[in-house]
Amino acid sequence: MDNMHEIIKAYVIKEYVEDDTELTYDSPLISGGIVDSFSMVSLKRFLENKYNISIPDDKATPEAFDSVNKICKLVSEYVK
Amino acid sequence: MAFTEKTRGIYSEILTGLKDAGLFKQERYIHSSQAADIEVEFPTGAPLKKVINICANNYLGMSSHPEVVKAAHEGLDSHGYGMSSVRFICGTQDIHRTLEQMVTKFLGTEDTILFPSCMDANAGVFEAVLTKDDVMISDRLVHASIIDGIRLCSAMHDTFKHSDMEHLEEKLQLHNDKRLKYVITDGVFSMDGDTAKLDKMVELCEKYDALLFVDDSHSSGFIGKTGRGTHEQYGVMGKIDIITTTFGKGLGGASGGCVSGRKEIVEMCRQKARPYLFSNTIAPPVVAGVIKVLEILSASTDRRDKLESNTAFWRKGLIDAGLIIKAGDTPIVPVMLFNAKLAQDVSRDLYEEGIYAIGFFFPVVPQGQARIRTQISAGHELHHLEKALEAFRKVGKKYDILGKSKQEIIERYGM
Ligand SMILES: Cc1ncc(COP(=O)(O)O)c(C=O)c1O
Repeated sequence: MDNMHEIIKAYVIKEYVEDDTELTYDSPLISGGIVDSFSMVSLKRFLENKYNISIPDDKATPEAFDSVNKICKLVSEYVK
Repeated sequence: MAFTEKTRGIYSEILTGLKDAGLFKQERYIHSSQAADIEVEFPTGAPLKKVINICANNYLGMSSHPEVVKAAHEGLDSHGYGMSSVRFICGTQDIHRTLEQMVTKFLGTEDTILFPSCMDANAGVFEAVLTKDDVMISDRLVHASIIDGIRLCSAMHDTFKHSDMEHLEEKLQLHNDKRLKYVITDGVFSMDGDTAKLDKMVELCEKYDALLFVDDSHSSGFIGKTGRGTHEQYGVMGKIDIITTTFGKGLGGASGGCVSGRKEIVEMCRQKARPYLFSNTIAPPVVAGVIKVLEILSASTDRRDKLESNTAFWRKGLIDAGLIIKAGDTPIVPVMLFNAKLAQDVSRDLYEEGIYAIGFFFPVVPQGQARIRTQISAGHELHHLEKALEAFRKVGKKYDILGKSKQEIIERYGM
């Protein structure tokens, strides 16, 4: 897989995973209770800073953030 | 009628689900006033049992202190039973303002506003002082009432890992573009009994131009050399922008809470905080009682000193008995049992031995961290603590957990 997937996965692990839970690109992050919906904010800000994009609030839904794959898809739509 | 059999069925199913999952809460009726020795009816209908209470927030033993009870009586006689009004219409008496000024002095802040409870203070304060241009950065283990307050506020919200100062600093950098940045923490965390690193947090807040909010509900009256709270313990009095606390624990145990801090922030709450504007004022006898509590605590540190030595005795006693406790120096002392059923069994057996202490397990604490949370009081005498230790030794022996490591307990009982 490409770099973006790895970067986002590494960020999620560093930020949210406090034990040795294994994470795949398809692991359900929010519905799986790994990222609480409160903390989605920093994930969104991280992506915006890292990729120099702006994700509209109505696109940053728990569904759109629910796995590394989905996040990459969302981010790709905004990267120029 | 909308409450049909179908509706009833929906709720019954949920409630049965809670029971099956072991999450159903049941009240135990106490027939005496709150103190070290209480009389309990449990299960409902059972004959009264005399037990030693080691799970109240009655840290300073003020709940039934004769001088406090007397002051409340006098307040009742001089100022009546209730005010039948919110504060700003016709619910503010001289004693309400007196209490606010006394709290300000006690905590070393600029001003104070009373709320019906600290739950209300936490629920109302953020919305009153922050907008969508701002950010709230909270410790991941803050109290539920703070979470509710954060939910009601339109400012951006982010979290940092519990007590992780590097992570907090990263978050402060990430959100540096916001108008106001509030760092939010409990002073003493109620489940583990650990304290927030307020000296480091003040340093970071100064470095990044952020404000600091501390809920000192489990500290006010006894943490720090003269009991002013965690800000005294960490040498940062005057540097906390908002302190919220309760009168329902160390400071008397009746009810009520407050926001204390920068005077503009307090004034914003007086103008805008919804639980202040739309809920009844604290009853006069309660106000009179808290005033007496603060008088007693300002005149002498005897009670917090006694709590400190009781706590040291208790912590050492549990460790010597071979039990595992969370390290620390606060009167919240969790005895770690790791397994939920074991925690419930030990609690039940302690009760048989005349010791009232409750097991906590998932989802109140993380999976695999079940425990009995014990809370020490200045109202305990050494004989209470000795009897409670004896019971812990006896029950611990029965389950063969004395001197055993975490690993050994988990191997035997599971997570
Ligand atoms: C940390 C913390 N904050 C706030 C509260 C709520 O206080 P009150 O009982 O005054 O609503 C509690 C009490 O449970 C608490 O533990």
